Amino acid sequence: MSNTISIIFFIIGVVFDLFGCIGLIRLPDVYNRLQSATKSVTLGTCSILFGLFIKYGFSAIGMKALIAIPLLFFVSTVAAHALVRGSYIFGTKLWDKTVIDDYKDVQK
Amino acid sequence: MKYVTLFIIIFVLWLLITFNIEIPNLIVGAVAALITSLVFGRSFLKDSKKFFQPHRYFWIIVYLFIFVWECIKANFDVAYRVLSPSMPIKPGIVKTKTTLKTDIGKTFLANSITMTPGTITVDIIDDEFYIHWIYVSSKDPKVYTDKILGRFEKYLKRIFE
Repeated sequence: MSNTISIIFFIIGVVFDLFGCIGLIRLPDVYNRLQSATKSVTLGTCSILFGLFIKYGFSAIGMKALIAIPLLFFVSTVAAHALVRGSYIFGTKLWDKTVIDDYKDVQK
Repeated sequence: MKYVTLFIIIFVLWLLITFNIEIPNLIVGAVAALITSLVFGRSFLKDSKKFFQPHRYFWIIVYLFIFVWECIKANFDVAYRVLSPSMPIKPGIVKTKTTLKTDIGKTFLANSITMTPGTITVDIIDDEFYIHWIYVSSKDPKVYTDKILGRFEKYLKRIFE
C-alpha cells in the first residue's frame, strides 16, 4: 500500500519537474525562467522526497528525506532571490513586453 | 539564552538527521552544535523568549497549511502558463510596502512570496519589497499589495511579532 502511494508521489514529482524544465526553455527572459525553475521545485522535488519518506517511514532514510524538504524551501527561495537581484544589477534586460519596472529607480 | 536556544535547535536537528542514539554519535553532535552555536549565536534572533510562547506554534501550524496550499496553487499556475500555447504572461517589477517590523518576519514573508503563484522577491529595502510578477493584473499599489502580501502578513504578524 505505502509502496503504491510513494510511486504516485514520485510520478507527480517527475511530471512537475518536467514542467519546470519546459518553462526554462519556453519563457522569454531570465526573470520569468527563474519563476518556473523555483516553483516546480516545490511540488516536484519535494513530492519525490515525500514519496521517499512514505516508502521508508521513520527510519534513517525517511527522516533525512523529510528534513531535506524545509532545507530545499529555504535554499531555493534564497537562491532565486540572489540570482534575480544579481542579474538585475549585472544589467540583464527585462523582456521587451514587460509592463512595469519600479526597481530601476532604486538602482540609480 | 540565545546561545542555548540555538544549541538545542541544532542538536535536535542533528539527532533527526543521523537518527541513531549511540553515545559517540551524541558526543559528536553536541560538540558540533556547540561550535556552531558559539560562532553563529551572535546573529541569531534578538529575543529568543518568543521560542517558548506556545500560541506562536499554533499559528505556525495554521500558516503551514495555508503555505502548502499556496505552493500547490503556484505549481499548477506555472504549469498552466508554461504549457498553454499562447503563453499568457505580462511580467513586471512592482513595489510594495510591508507592515512587518522584525528582520526574521520580513525574511519569511519574502520566502513565502517567492513560493506563491507568479511572484519572486527581487529585493528588500527597509520596508519596501520589490517583486517580480509574472502577470501584472493591476497597476494600483493598494490592490496588488493586498493581493501579494495580504495572504501571509496577518499570520506572520502573529507568529513573529
